[in-house]
Amino acid sequence: MDPHTLALMYARNFMFMFYGFSAAWLIVAVYVISLARRGARLKKELDDVRRLTDSADSPL
Amino acid sequence: MREKFVVGLAAAAGLLLAFDLYRILLVLPDEAMQGAIYRIMFFHIPAALTGFTGYFVALILSVLYLSSGNLKYDSLAASVTEVALVFSCVNIVTGSIWARVIWGIWWTWDYRLTSTLISILIYAGYLMLRRAIDEPTQRARLSAALSIFGCVDVVIIWKSIEWFRTQHPGPVLSIRTGGGNIDPAMEHMIYYNLLAILMLATALVLVRTRQEDISREIDSLRRTANAAERNIA
Repeated sequence: MDPHTLALMYARNFMFMFYGFSAAWLIVAVYVISLARRGARLKKELDDVRRLTDSADSPL
Repeated sequence: MREKFVVGLAAAAGLLLAFDLYRILLVLPDEAMQGAIYRIMFFHIPAALTGFTGYFVALILSVLYLSSGNLKYDSLAASVTEVALVFSCVNIVTGSIWARVIWGIWWTWDYRLTSTLISILIYAGYLMLRRAIDEPTQRARLSAALSIFGCVDVVIIWKSIEWFRTQHPGPVLSIRTGGGNIDPAMEHMIYYNLLAILMLATALVLVRTRQEDISREIDSLRRTANAAERNIA
């Protein structure tokens, strides 16, 4: 195989390796972000429900 | 205390992953036949093993829930399954990218690939089922049944490369073959990365379990508020 074809193959190989690593980290990153957003939403929901039940318990 | 442990575990996993990445990219040489692309295997295989571990742990937790009726096991099983599903997706996507270079195709309906896709669909269905059912006990019982059913497919995924010789490579790790199919330095790297990914997955499961606890607390507060409202009425 001539050096030019070999260099092209090497570059393509390296590029796909980069795609693979990026895809792996992207999937994990998207999940971590969705987890953080869900956590914030649940915390807000819990505060709201607590406030609601506290106001229902308190005498007028 | 729990938050500190989770942060510590995630930080340790991050450091180990950074160290592994340095070794994968700069220390280990290219593979003789595949060149640089084989490095994807350092994420592809540990992600698959993390997924399998998660599904197996979820199976145990589901059986524990069915035998005890304790909803704590159910929320743990749901958390573990969700995180395992994320790593199964990493496994199938990285495998597809590797296949594009080595096989010349993104996908083929090989036994291992197909059974992996089926497991992803089963466990995605598990998570959708949980969203569709409001009643906690019914949700937990059906989820546990589906988790046990899903694990049958995980066994098929594991054994498929021994039972059928198709496109996917056969077993390479020495724990299955007895050695000789992979360079020891490369195999050790797979285990180091597996450790780091398992630590990261554990941290994610702990965060997710905390969210399940909060969800249960919200449900319980809502039910109390509704009951109080009905009593007033």
